[in-house]
Amino acid sequence: MSAALPSPRAGDGPVSEAVQLAGVGKTFRGRTDVTALADIDLAIEAGEFVTFIGPSGCGKSTLLRLIADLIEPTAGTVTVNGKSARQARLDQDYGIAFQQAGLMEWRTVARNVELPLELRGWDRARRRTRARELLELVGLPDFVDSWPIELSGGMQQRVAIARALATGPKLLLMDEPFGALDEMTRERLQAELTRIARESGATVVFVTHSIPEAVYLSDRVVVLSARPGRVTEIVPVPLGDRTDDTREAPEFYAKVTEVREALRGRTGRATVPAAEER
Amino acid sequence: MTGRAARIGIPIAVGVLFLAGWQALVVGNDIKPYLLPKPSAIWEQVVHNREDILTTARVTGTNALVGLLAGAILGILVALVAARFRVVDSMLVPLAAAVNAMPIIALAPIFNTMFSTTSSVPRRLVVALVVFFPLFINALRGLRQVAPIHRELMDSYAAGGWTFARTVRIPGALPFVFTGLRLGAALAVIAAVVAEYFGGLQNGLGTRITSAASNTAYPRAWAYVAAACALGLLFYLVATALERIAMPWHKPR
Amino acid sequence: MTGVGAEPAVAALVEDAGPPPAAHRERRTRSALTRAGWFVASVVLVCALWEAYKAIGSPDGWSVFGVRVLPRADDASMPHVWQVLQRFGRPESAAEDSSSVAVAVLDAAWFTFRVAMAGLLLGGAVGFGLGMLMDRFAIAERGLLPYVVLSQTVPLIALAPLVVGWGGRLHIGALIWRPWMSVSVIAAYLAFFPIAVGALRGLRSPSPHSLELMRSFSASWWQSFRRLKLPASVPYLIPALRLAAASAVVGAIVAEISTGIRGGIGRLVIEYSREATSDPAKVWTAFLGAALLGLLVAGLVALVDLALVRYRPSGAHR
Repeated sequence: MSAALPSPRAGDGPVSEAVQLAGVGKTFRGRTDVTALADIDLAIEAGEFVTFIGPSGCGKSTLLRLIADLIEPTAGTVTVNGKSARQARLDQDYGIAFQQAGLMEWRTVARNVELPLELRGWDRARRRTRARELLELVGLPDFVDSWPIELSGGMQQRVAIARALATGPKLLLMDEPFGALDEMTRERLQAELTRIARESGATVVFVTHSIPEAVYLSDRVVVLSARPGRVTEIVPVPLGDRTDDTREAPEFYAKVTEVREALRGRTGRATVPAAEER
Repeated sequence: MTGRAARIGIPIAVGVLFLAGWQALVVGNDIKPYLLPKPSAIWEQVVHNREDILTTARVTGTNALVGLLAGAILGILVALVAARFRVVDSMLVPLAAAVNAMPIIALAPIFNTMFSTTSSVPRRLVVALVVFFPLFINALRGLRQVAPIHRELMDSYAAGGWTFARTVRIPGALPFVFTGLRLGAALAVIAAVVAEYFGGLQNGLGTRITSAASNTAYPRAWAYVAAACALGLLFYLVATALERIAMPWHKPR
Repeated sequence: MTGVGAEPAVAALVEDAGPPPAAHRERRTRSALTRAGWFVASVVLVCALWEAYKAIGSPDGWSVFGVRVLPRADDASMPHVWQVLQRFGRPESAAEDSSSVAVAVLDAAWFTFRVAMAGLLLGGAVGFGLGMLMDRFAIAERGLLPYVVLSQTVPLIALAPLVVGWGGRLHIGALIWRPWMSVSVIAAYLAFFPIAVGALRGLRSPSPHSLELMRSFSASWWQSFRRLKLPASVPYLIPALRLAAASAVVGAIVAEISTGIRGGIGRLVIEYSREATSDPAKVWTAFLGAALLGLLVAGLVALVDLALVRYRPSGAHR
């Protein structure tokens, strides 16, 4: 199964930082100017799983889109894989998944997954094999020739993730991909995602507004303030390899509390254990 | 219980009741044929004239088909151009809306002079014009409807221009094009029949209807009307079938 | 409201408050003016193309395999644009007391307008009633909708000569059937279909949540209809009305032609086209009159649209 995933590429040059944000700011000009982000300094290492979390309007999705070069910063620089964000996009260095699956209803599930490969010029047989591998990876081997309209929301989202993984990117960008799903499906997909990330060694930048989700998935949680978004705190989450029991461990609750405190603006590590939180 | 059977059964039942009521009404009140002929008399005429009905239907149908294809292809092509170049879009859309409000069919006698009274071209041209506008408007609307998320996705793939049109815009426009095509199919037959009113060749369903009416042979006139109706229905059903074939993923609305 | 909660992907989405009303109105008038400007430009372009074809086209047209596919470019078949415009000013016929073509065309257009509007009213009422019926009773929808659709494949215009035969011979109570009523009936027949379909879709458009809300208020069917369904159907009825009005005009004109009744613009088109060889510009004046009628009706629907603008959902353009 790991044959479907790219192995962590050690010898690709001395790029230990997958993403670097230096003094990044974004102001939207319009009838009124809106400053979504200000003074963001952040370095994300290769193979890390980092989550952006913050109140509504804090600019976390904007930040993700700056990394993806879907919008441009008004201040500072974004470096992806040692290149400019624009070059990284042109070189197709990342895969992206959004809150809606965004599958094209006129393409079968397999052809949706094949889309980035088609655009890269892969031949049909190679594309097909890869699509099948990926759909098996996300647990949908029987739906290769189905139409998206026949799939549930959770299944569509899994196809979208398979599509994001299609080219075996070193960097995965995800904007609240599980936001529209029910809790049980979410937990299941979270487990699959951590497994995939771990096995492929890919760097993942994830956006969510769910604290347990952020803590479960990440190596580090970046807490952003309300608009204009600034980095309030970065919470490390050294919980090791995630299992089904991780969500019920005391350390997990402690970290959730820590993130919650950071969100409330009380900086400084919370050492109060979960039991006394009440 | 209900479902498929009811969906077909109820309309058929209504139709049968309607015909029975019509027959009873005419016979019971002794309504003269120039007001309303009996369904049975109409059927008699259909059977009696069936060969001529088929011949004339083929002529009118061909006019309608040629006009439909020409108008549809032109409408789609122009919509593609208008989607690409805003100038074309800004000029054509108000013009199309205005022309759509005008009675295009009134151009038929003018076309007869411009081209020739012994040719089928004026009629086909009228049909093409009538079909062009709904197809152009619908195709353009479809081409302009791009879900923002697909836009973002293709941006992330650094894919634009023709690639974007080929993978996203055009397939996404298909449902709209077929809506326009279904409408155009029905309009084409009607326009083809009505265009025959304005002189010219006397070889179609419309001309038979007018001549029967002027000879006060009303059941015969209604028989040809029924044939025109059936032709229109045929075109509409074929267009619907084409839609199902071309878009297997689309749940019919 | 939405400005705060949404994470903007594109700058245009980031608006904290809606635009102030005055600026909104100003923007809309400006866009209406630009559209009018483009329309004028396109008309000028069409005239230019017309004249260009006349300049370079052969007087015999262009034939492929004996079939003329491009029209004759001579003055008899394609009069110059200015010739047509001039023709409006000059008298209709060689008779002593003949009024100008413009007057004749306008008179005829006014006649057809009234007949078409009568048809639109009738067709609209019937169509809306059918739409309400089909919305209320599912069995009505299943039984009637296929025939409503089927009705449009019947070229009722073909029946026009038959319908006019009713004139003078049909009595509904004290009302004697007049020929113009046949024309209105035919116009109504073409107009009722778009309205019936538009009404059905519009009345069905409120979300299940809104319907449940009304039910929780213990609202009667009629209250629910008046306060929820009817306003919700306006965005569907306006395009339907546009189509129905245009169909009513076309139906009236063609019905006039096939019934042969006098006074309307359809009759004028036929009369003038008979004189096409001797007086080519005149037939075009009749068509332009008909075109003007169509535009007038479209304009009226636009006014209705404007009057009902508060029922249109915010953010709906055009």
